[in-house]
Amino acid sequence: MKINILAFGVTREIFGSGEISLEMTNDATISNLKYLLEQQYPRLKQLSSYMLAVNNEYALPGDTIHERDEIAIIPPVSGG
Amino acid sequence: MNTQILLSAQTLDIQSCINWIMSPESGGIDVFIGTVRNATKGKKVLKLDFEAYEPMAISEMNKIAAQAFERWPVQKILIHHRTGLLQVGEVPVVIAVSAAHRDAAFDACRYIIDTLKQTVPIWKKESFEDGDVWVAAHP
Repeated sequence: MKINILAFGVTREIFGSGEISLEMTNDATISNLKYLLEQQYPRLKQLSSYMLAVNNEYALPGDTIHERDEIAIIPPVSGG
Repeated sequence: MNTQILLSAQTLDIQSCINWIMSPESGGIDVFIGTVRNATKGKKVLKLDFEAYEPMAISEMNKIAAQAFERWPVQKILIHHRTGLLQVGEVPVVIAVSAAHRDAAFDACRYIIDTLKQTVPIWKKESFEDGDVWVAAHP
């Protein structure tokens, strides 16, 4: 399946775009996605931390990704 | 409605926040106003640029308000946050809480700003004379 990942802040700069597409297997998890992202964008490993969100909720490493989910990479937040 | 959440690219109107939060049932209003400081670790700050993942930021701010209502006897909660470019002295965030008694208003207001800074997907880039930095991105 093809998934799209929204990116913000420093991760938008690392990806060079506010949205990227990746091909993944149908039963892929959040930790599979993190692994793939870090292979393609090694600068992610230099961040203090980052999370992934699925459909506007913070996701856990074991959560499964479904086609058409809205996925976003969330670098360390700094609002306020 | 007892919660008002706003993400805006326009200047936040502090007086209208206070007008909305005031009510005859309240005995105390607590207002936190975040402002853009002119220096970070001794370096002069020129401006801040705020970016939000808007639908999730709104959803996370609503969750924080709901948690505050569960924990404290508060009456109304307002959270307004800016996006876009802000100059020194401008206001990125206003939080206002009303309660019958001041302790709940103070405690909930403190909880809301502290939690917002940890969980709401909003990012700021600080501009210095020698370049820009995404705050908290790197160790």
